Formats: sequence, C-alpha cells, structure tokens
Amino acid sequence: MTALLTVAGVSKRFGRVEALTGLTLSVAPGERVALLGHNGAGKTTLLRLILGFLRPDAGSIRVGDHAPDSTAARRAVAYLPENVAFPKALTGRELIGFYARLRDVSTDDAMAALERVGLAHAADRASGTYSKGMRQRLGLAQALLGSPRLMLLDEPTSGLDPLSRHDFYALVDVVAAAGTAVLLSSHSLSEIEARTDRVAILREGRLVADAPLSRLQAEAALPVRIRVRAQPETIDDVSDRLGGTRVNGQTVELIFSQTEKMRRLAAISALGPLVTDFDVTQPSLDDIYVHFSRAAGEGGAS
Amino acid sequence: MTSHVIAVARQEFRIAARNRWVLLAALILLVFALVLGLLGSAPSGSLGVGRLAITVASLATLSVYLVPLLALLLGFDAIAGEVERGTLPLVLSTPVARGSVILGKFLGHLAVIALAIVIGFGIAGAAVMVLSGEGASGLIPLARLIASSIALGAVFLAVSYVVSASTTQVGTSAAVAVAVWLALVVLYDLGLLGALVLDPGGGFAQGAFPWMLLASPADAFRLFNLAALDIGNTATGLAGATEELPFSPALCLASLALWLALAFLAALRAFYRLEP
Repeated sequence: MTALLTVAGVSKRFGRVEALTGLTLSVAPGERVALLGHNGAGKTTLLRLILGFLRPDAGSIRVGDHAPDSTAARRAVAYLPENVAFPKALTGRELIGFYARLRDVSTDDAMAALERVGLAHAADRASGTYSKGMRQRLGLAQALLGSPRLMLLDEPTSGLDPLSRHDFYALVDVVAAAGTAVLLSSHSLSEIEARTDRVAILREGRLVADAPLSRLQAEAALPVRIRVRAQPETIDDVSDRLGGTRVNGQTVELIFSQTEKMRRLAAISALGPLVTDFDVTQPSLDDIYVHFSRAAGEGGAS
Repeated sequence: MTSHVIAVARQEFRIAARNRWVLLAALILLVFALVLGLLGSAPSGSLGVGRLAITVASLATLSVYLVPLLALLLGFDAIAGEVERGTLPLVLSTPVARGSVILGKFLGHLAVIALAIVIGFGIAGAAVMVLSGEGASGLIPLARLIASSIALGAVFLAVSYVVSASTTQVGTSAAVAVAVWLALVVLYDLGLLGALVLDPGGGFAQGAFPWMLLASPADAFRLFNLAALDIGNTATGLAGATEELPFSPALCLASLALWLALAFLAALRAFYRLEP
C-alpha cells in the first residue's frame, strides 16, 4: 500500500539542539502508528513539521502528494494538540461550528461530530466549564471534521481516566478502519494499550525502533517470569525440581527466555498436585519500551 | 476564503462580547464623553461657537488618548495570547490561510471598537444636542468624529497585531503595547512641543511642524477633526497649526490610511513568520 505520510531523512535543529536526526517514517491509509519517546525526544517537533508549522533543515515530508504547508495537505490532515485548549467563553457548539467553517464542513456535520464523541449534551455550555476529558473529546470532534485522511494526535490520552482512554481508542479504531492514517504520540507503551498496528520509538531525535508490537516483543527477547506456589512442606522439593529461586515459604520464581516457555510449563504441569497455583508474567509494554529506549542509548551516550 | 474571514471575525467578536469587552469599552468611552460633553461645553456661550462643536473638539482630544489605548488593549493579546494558551495551532492546522485569520481578527476587533465608539460618542453627542437645543446642525462633525475615531482605532489595532505577532508572549506583548502607546500618543507630542519651545525663530513651526503632525496617526486624527470644525483659534491649542496648514485636511485621512496599510502588512509579515 502506498504511504499517505512519508517522512524521509528529516533533520531539524533548534539552535544547538538537534531535535530530529535523519528520521524516516511512513504511515499508510488505515494504519495506526504510535510514536513513542520521552518528553523532548522529538515527537511534537515531528508533528509540527508534518503540519508545516516548521520546515525541516534536511530531508522531505509529503502528505499524499503534497507539501506539508500546502492547502491540499492541510485539508487532508487533522490535528489534536497536546493539552488542547479552546477560548473558554465559547460553547462547544460555537467552537465546533467555528472549526467546521474553517474546514468548509456543514454545521450539521459539526454537530454530528460532537455527538460522535458524546458531547452533544454539553454543546451549549462554555468550554471553560469542561473537564479535561471533555476538552479532549471536543478536540477529537474537531479532528473528525471533514473526514481527514491523516490524523495527528499528540499525547491524546495523557491525563485521561482509563474509561475515557478506552472510549478514545475505540473511536480511533473506527476512524482507522474507515481508512484514515493515524499517527499518535505517547510517552509510554502502556498508555496506548497496544491499540496500534506499529510502534515507532524516538530517542533523542533518532528512530530506534519501527515495527509491529509483536515483533518488538520478539526482538527485545525479555525474560518471562513464572511464580509457582506449593504447600510449605513441599516447597523445597518443587524448588529443586524446577531449579528456581524461593521467594517465600510457598512461592518459587523462575525467570527464563521466551523460547523456553513451553518446556518450562510442561515441567511445571508434570509436577502434578505438588503445584497448587502459578502465574505467568510476560514482560510489560513498558518493559519493552524501556528496553528499546535504553538499548539505543547505551551506544549513543558513551 | 471570505467565509473563513467571516468565521474568524464572528468568533473574535463573540469572545469580546462574552468577556464584556464590548460593554466595558463602550462604558469607558461613554463616561468620559459625557463628562467632557456636559462639563466641557459650558463656556461655549462666551465663545460664540456651537455647544456640540465644542463637545466634538473635546471628544477628539479624548479620542486621541483613549481610542489607541482601547485598540492596543484589545489587540496585544490577539496572537501572543493564542500562542501562549495553545489555541493557535488548532486554528492553523485547518486549511485556513494565515492572512484570513489576521484579517478576520482585525474585522472582529474593529467591530468591537466601532460599536463602543458609536455607543459612547453617540449617546454623549445626543445628550449634548438635547440639552443645548441646537438641533441637527452638529450631526456632521459628530459623524465625522465617530468615523475618524474608528479609523484611528483601526490603525492602532493593526499596530497592536504587529506587536502581538512579533513578541508571542502575552506579558512582553502587553509591555510593548503600552510603550507604543506612550511613544506614539504622548511622547511624540511632547517632543514636538519641546521643539516648538526651543525654536524662538518660528522656522520649525512654519516648516516641518505641520508635516510632523501629519506623520503621527494620533495628531493626523486630531488635526483632521479640529480643522474641519473651524474653531481652531478659540477652542484649541493647535490654533496656529490648523489655520495655516500647508496641505488639505483630507491629507490627514491619507496619513491614517497609509499607517493602516503599512501596519497591517507588517502584522501579516510577522504572523506568517510565526511558528505556532
């Protein structure tokens, strides 16, 4: 599939600070790509470059066949900034109407967008009275206007409660399923709830990973941890047979690589009634993220 | 394009109306205008000039100070404030052209200033007209004052956008706006006054002085209104200047128009350079 967004070898510096270095990334229609990185890793800079607010020092960015600051590109792109803000005195209805007019979208479609994000009931309240979650939803409603082909979401769910976050990603899924390319930034993998097709990790302006989550998981090869519980009188026996470490009077902990997982599980089940319970802890999303942003750092930092 | 300009203008007017800006500006102008109109026109009997004409002359002097101040207060936040509050990136990510954004803001804010001036000066003028029983003869100077005050507001609005788009921080923008007001409205006149005092031969008063008045938007505005009133000698301190102007008072309007055009272009340039 041809990419809707193409970022090729883009570098950008602010004074002596190199914000982005030789960044190459693409997003295809219908694809959801997460852009991960610490604060200051260059996520927002990249989004501002794609929006045409900044010009790259080197490399090129294309939205479809258009330059980022062209009217055609801006028609195709929707943007939800981090900590989206609105004039406080105006109501949700007035604000969505305003953005609809700027995007040449009808008032009916504007109200439909407000309904889609579940804000219709608050349409006539001043946006200054909205909660953070409601402001974010108003921001998303604005980004839904005019069926954009590329959606740029800058830390869209930071500070949202889990339920709002879930609803948010459900909407993003619907939008992506309709063919919109979605590029969203976040500072942690767990935040995005693995709801993306691909994960790109930025570290100090460089791309250190760009792959589907499952592949990153495999590449990181982080160990699996199993805790096996047994009766106090048999715990030493279990510990000896499995070769793990005793954590307390009735738990043994085993740490091993992903490839060993099935063999170890078979060994545990072979113990039969000696084992009263066990649980498997896969490396968390944050562990994977930390692995990649550290692994790259060890080369660059010295 | 046009619909974008209208959308931005409506939005700005709506915000100003809801923040009580329109009401406040109109009240300030009304109170000052009423005080000047009712108290200031008392000596008109002995001067043999129409009461409303005297009022218009006083209001013109009031306008010189107040209208630029109102315009700068309204405009200093227009761009810097949006940058600081983070509302600008959202607007500029839509297909709207930056020129449309700034033109829409200008029209919306100008409507606020115009409304305040029409309400403030209109009511004060009507009150003086009723009290003096002069009838409608003073209407034309009053209308001229109102229209030229709006033009003066337009100039300083554009100037405030230059400040707002170049500073991008509200605090800095406010400070620079006050400095601009001081320089263009107060200090410039003081400088001219000083030059007149230090010039006993009168060469400066005859030569450069009228042109230097013309070069300042505030003085050009005052000159235009007082010259048209034809009461220079008795009612104003600018007597000498307005009587022997080396140019037509209409040139004052051209000065305002030139200021507006240049300031607006400068604001546009600064706004296009801005990285939101």
